[in-house]
Amino acid sequence: MQNTTSIQKIDTNTDFEVRSLDTMCTNDSSLQHPWWYNLKYVMAGIIFGIILIKAEVISWFRIQEMFHLQSFHMYGVIGSAVITGALGVFIIKKMHLKTIHGEPIFFIQKKFSKGQIYGGIIFGLGWAMTGACPGPLYALIGSGITVILVVLFSATVGTWVYGAIREKLPH
Amino acid sequence: MLHWLQQPWPWYVSGPLIGLMVPLLLLLGNKAFGISSSLRHICAACLPAKLPFFHYNWKAERWNLFFVGGVMAGGFIAALFLTNGKPIAINPALLQHLNQYQIQEGNSFVPTTIFSWQGLLTLRGFIMMVLGGFLVGFGTRYAGGCTSGHAINGLSNLQLPSFIATICFMIGGFIMANFILPFILQL
Repeated sequence: MQNTTSIQKIDTNTDFEVRSLDTMCTNDSSLQHPWWYNLKYVMAGIIFGIILIKAEVISWFRIQEMFHLQSFHMYGVIGSAVITGALGVFIIKKMHLKTIHGEPIFFIQKKFSKGQIYGGIIFGLGWAMTGACPGPLYALIGSGITVILVVLFSATVGTWVYGAIREKLPH
Repeated sequence: MLHWLQQPWPWYVSGPLIGLMVPLLLLLGNKAFGISSSLRHICAACLPAKLPFFHYNWKAERWNLFFVGGVMAGGFIAALFLTNGKPIAINPALLQHLNQYQIQEGNSFVPTTIFSWQGLLTLRGFIMMVLGGFLVGFGTRYAGGCTSGHAINGLSNLQLPSFIATICFMIGGFIMANFILPFILQL
């Protein structure tokens, strides 16, 4: 029963073009879970938020140091994060691990688009100005720097404007 | 234990812990680590406005909103209980360089003369927060991801597009920090 509904769900999702450009936005689970199954992601988020603060990557000054080549800190954090993440992905692929709910884990191949160049540079400009990428924005607000809500709101507006004019942009 | 948690963590501790988020989210529910798509889900939930980019089943992606809510709570917990109150060990050369722009303090996460509600009313504060935030939101969605989605998650899966995006993040950052920000900070 559950299988037929999931197949229907996939069939009715014809929005492949929009989906393919947003590589971060994929939900491939065919299992229907009650909402509180999402609480485990709250826990993961709390852990990530604590790590972001302790890693000091939420510091505007650390970001300036990185872009002035005045400290190895940020390069060390990002570099060792990538190595660890790659090791984790390698192990999951090699051992064909499944999720804790027994679903298979699969990986989406990202497609190249010019957006990664233009959008990447635009994001980089904003990153050095605000001293924060989206993850640290949330952590900074939580840490009590409430004015960052303005930055987050502005980023949401930026996302919306992209959605409004993306047909006119080179991809 | 608490004492150790309150010390700043060196990069070789915090970096690998960040990297572990990638397999953690995959094992929890086949989720791709990424933060910036939460902004898209917020748009889709609040103001889709007949734009095809925001017409999708955002509720199927709500795990991401739970996740960023957790990040906010984590920031709250860490700032309240897990800091030792000492300023972050910034390179003195940077602090000296920033002195000329009336940025003295290095003991907050942000320069509070700029990133504060009073600072929002100054020209440089307004530009850096409002325009900067806009560029972050616009750029990440145009690029299809941010530091977490491309630089950490994408590179962990050896994706060439993510490598290109990460290089461009750095190019944009170097241009802003070295060639444009000095003018904005003077305002």
